[in-house]
Amino acid sequence: MLWIWWQLIIRYAWTYRLRSAVQVLAITVGVALGYAVSLINTAALAEFNAALREINGEADAVIEGSRAGFDEQLYARVASDPGVQLASPVLATDVLVAGSADEYPPRLTVLGIDVLRAAPLSPTLMGDASLSGEREASRFAIFGDGILLSPSALERFKLQVGDSLTVQAGSGTVELKVRGTLPGVRPGSLLGVMDLGFAQWRLGALGRLTRIDLRLADGVSLETLRARLALPPGVNLAGPDATGARLANLSRAYRVNLNVLALVALFTGGFLVFSLQAQATLARRAQFAWLRAAGLERGQLKRLLIAEALAIGAVGSLCGLFAGAAIAQAALTALGGDLGGGYFNVTRPALGFPLLTAAGFAVLGVLAAVAGSYLPAHEAAHTPPAAALHAGGEEDVLRPLGRIWPGLVLLGVAAVLLSLPPVSGVPVPAYLAIAAILIGAIALQPRIARLLSRPLADWLQHARVGTRAPTLLLAANRMVQAPGAAAIAMAGIVASFGLMVAMGTMVSSFRGTLDGWLVQVLPADLYARVGLSMTDAWLSPADMQRIRTHPGVLRVEFSRATPLQLAADRAAVVVVARTIDATDPGAALPLVGRPLAWQPDQPPPVWVSEAMVDLYGARVGGILHLPLAGGLHPFIVLGVWRDYARQFGSVAMRAEDYQRITGDSTRTDAAIWLRPGVRAADVSRDLLQTLDSREVIELRAPAEIRALSLRIFDRSFAVTYVLEAAAILIGMIGVAATFSSQAMARSREFGMLRHIGVTRGQILRVLALEGALATLNAIVVGLLAGLVIALVLIRVVNPQSFHWSMQLIVPLELIAGLIAALLVCATGTAAIAGRRATGSSPLRAVHEDW
Amino acid sequence: MADSALDVSQLSRRFDQRQILDHLDLCVAPGELVAIVGESGSGKSTLLNLIAGLDTPDAGKILISGQDLAVLDDDARTRLRRARLGFVFQSFHILPHLRVGQNIELPLVLLGVAAGERQQRVAELLAAVGLADRAASLPRELSGGELQRVAVARALVHRPVLVLADEPTGNLDAETAAMVMRLLVTQIRERGAAGVLVTHSAAAAALADRALLLSQGRLHPQNLAVG
Repeated sequence: MLWIWWQLIIRYAWTYRLRSAVQVLAITVGVALGYAVSLINTAALAEFNAALREINGEADAVIEGSRAGFDEQLYARVASDPGVQLASPVLATDVLVAGSADEYPPRLTVLGIDVLRAAPLSPTLMGDASLSGEREASRFAIFGDGILLSPSALERFKLQVGDSLTVQAGSGTVELKVRGTLPGVRPGSLLGVMDLGFAQWRLGALGRLTRIDLRLADGVSLETLRARLALPPGVNLAGPDATGARLANLSRAYRVNLNVLALVALFTGGFLVFSLQAQATLARRAQFAWLRAAGLERGQLKRLLIAEALAIGAVGSLCGLFAGAAIAQAALTALGGDLGGGYFNVTRPALGFPLLTAAGFAVLGVLAAVAGSYLPAHEAAHTPPAAALHAGGEEDVLRPLGRIWPGLVLLGVAAVLLSLPPVSGVPVPAYLAIAAILIGAIALQPRIARLLSRPLADWLQHARVGTRAPTLLLAANRMVQAPGAAAIAMAGIVASFGLMVAMGTMVSSFRGTLDGWLVQVLPADLYARVGLSMTDAWLSPADMQRIRTHPGVLRVEFSRATPLQLAADRAAVVVVARTIDATDPGAALPLVGRPLAWQPDQPPPVWVSEAMVDLYGARVGGILHLPLAGGLHPFIVLGVWRDYARQFGSVAMRAEDYQRITGDSTRTDAAIWLRPGVRAADVSRDLLQTLDSREVIELRAPAEIRALSLRIFDRSFAVTYVLEAAAILIGMIGVAATFSSQAMARSREFGMLRHIGVTRGQILRVLALEGALATLNAIVVGLLAGLVIALVLIRVVNPQSFHWSMQLIVPLELIAGLIAALLVCATGTAAIAGRRATGSSPLRAVHEDW
Repeated sequence: MADSALDVSQLSRRFDQRQILDHLDLCVAPGELVAIVGESGSGKSTLLNLIAGLDTPDAGKILISGQDLAVLDDDARTRLRRARLGFVFQSFHILPHLRVGQNIELPLVLLGVAAGERQQRVAELLAAVGLADRAASLPRELSGGELQRVAVARALVHRPVLVLADEPTGNLDAETAAMVMRLLVTQIRERGAAGVLVTHSAAAAALADRALLLSQGRLHPQNLAVG
């Protein structure tokens, strides 16, 4: 068999090098994109975890609240627990660094630590005071009123030991003295370490901690300790990897989405392999029939063809792995670890090449090739040799493709899959449904082609135009009589065009809805915001008064955003305290559905975002308990609102309720309405000269925020467009290759046509028209499938992955452009392929053996 | 019975209400060459397909060297073809990407014959069909007559019991056709194989030991004298 495999498969592949190369390329591109995205995400996650270990040190467990933190009195209770060998209190916060020429103030992570307690757990945070040039004997002495900065932070902020660093804190800025460096900290990490007490004082967090790192006594389990400590609401005890696991959890849907998108190219590549293998099998039909007649068993032939696919898959996968590694390396160098989702705020992570991942993608590549080849191989093995030994009848072989039931069954399977819930927050059934819809649509394509072409052919048969343009009549008749051949050529195009329409529609819907949402949530003329993590900075009463009394300001609404940790394994949700009229919440919030009216005898009202409904089971009319000010407080949920700004959940409540419960009168944001005729730029300029927080406050007009948001959105989806373009490119290559292959296979037919007086030009026109008709058919099928898949993405995948709903907005211009490009490419490709096929002498063509 | 290379009895085959073969009988002794003539659509190719086990009869029995095809499954019929039958077609069916020698070698490869013996037998057949110097040629470099000589060599290289030839000269001019037909008959006889030759050509049929006319689904003796 090896001899036969080598002679019949490998030599054939070598004879038709271009066809083989296209098949290998399809698998290569698919594997390369999938592998590259996976490598980048893995590297970014690994880098994030490494950075986390650097900060968390060698703790056995961590007590953690949200960035708002918790009362430091908890520390005394924890430290004295017999199950705790060592407890190290930490205040972790992100601050904005003032004085930068950047458009946005850069961010610095600052850790306030108790040096004596942190030293055994986090040695890398102890720093090197000798560089400070001071003569204190103890390295601990530097922790007084200064800060140690990582080498990357020193470089980023252009500072040296001994310089001053100005950061935003509370309602103003503070100046810190750079006392030394943190040489053990990883390159790229922007980190500062301060004495805990000093950090609490200077950064406006007196009496607060965000974390307590623990070393447990021997034999003490987390469960035992958790039960004994009875931590306050919103504060959790977790293992050392909890934060990494949380990031893995919260970024999982994004990473899976990106990986699935990357695999779209491989999916399309599988269809391309199918197209070309089906064509190649058809072309070798008589050869296989002779082999069967000469004694090659059915199973042997099938195995031979599967082995051919294995070879294509193996070579394609191998090339794909190398190309993927190169793409990942280039992308990491150019973009860092974040592909647009904003989850991985790490700088230039190191690329690893886990063998298992490589093996996984290699297997996927081989599977795609084998899956694409299986049907042609099966058909070849089961074709009766007697029929195949005689010329013609190719369309009979393709007749099974015209069966309607496989397509309908697949669409039915898709419907069932769509009713299933996500798996671990990932919409696996919905992805499978998308694949089923696409394959189902492709399976129905020959039937649809016949349905669409028959009226045209019938009309041309009798209409004058049919007589005048016999080439059009010939082309239409072939579509009616041989829809299977067109379906084979177009499988890749239906897949790639359908997915492009789906992704384009989803992105357009998302972008359009986001734009509308931004208009709705930004009704004021000017917006002010201070602080990054919503806890470390706020507007001072004096600044609030300055804004309120500015002569150009008509009205101001101040609000407060506070993070709340509702579950240890999830990202914090955000409580937004703002001016809301309980009798008309729709005036302040973009509500989804009708809200309930509030009765004064009910608990205070809140309105939750869609993510709260999906992630925490919040229901309109239900009670939601929120951990505020050290206690659990009940709220009644009166409505659901759309919040694209906070993917992991937000709760809007009236500012007066928030203040009454927490006693917190600070505000972080301001919406400013201006008097008629007053320009936002003028007011901004005035405020930036007079406010205490001028170094770090962000003042922006709604148009600017909209533009910025949409720019971020476009950046997030840029990688999507790249991956989609790759898929459609593969589809187009597939069309070129299959048209070329089909045209060559029909050279005998063309020879006969030329014998009976059809000119070469007419044959080329027939081919071009056939290409156009087949492409039109693929476009109709792809468009329908794409729009259905877009609905699945919008109504199922996005809500399940990101907890966002959106309106359907079809990008007509994009789709029209794609259709035009496809038609031009396919028609041109078909004609070019025809030039080659009709290039030989008609005498030779009719006498051609195969 | 057991001595026959081919024994067909009461063979019937119907396509779409049309009785193509109707209780047909045919017996071919070892070394005997039988020509079957008949009009287009008379069922000649159908008969060959049934004998080769590529199609299944509605009724009747086919024995090849005493082996009843009806009791064999598809794979077993395939193995029987591989070992005992040789084919020559009107369309030469030469694999275009294999060299001439490799095309002839293929049946031996399927039978698992060792490489040395394969080379020896291929060389012998190539010499016999007058293409000793074309072993390394590609099919596209050969004329129609040469291609059919390759097909003849390929049909005989594994020493089959029975050679089935379906219009072997249909694609060739008269002079080449006569030459190829003589070669085919000579080679079949020299190797002691039996042969069933389906042809339109009276001249070709005259080279056979006996000729039969396929008409109305049955075979009738035919006296073909070529002047």
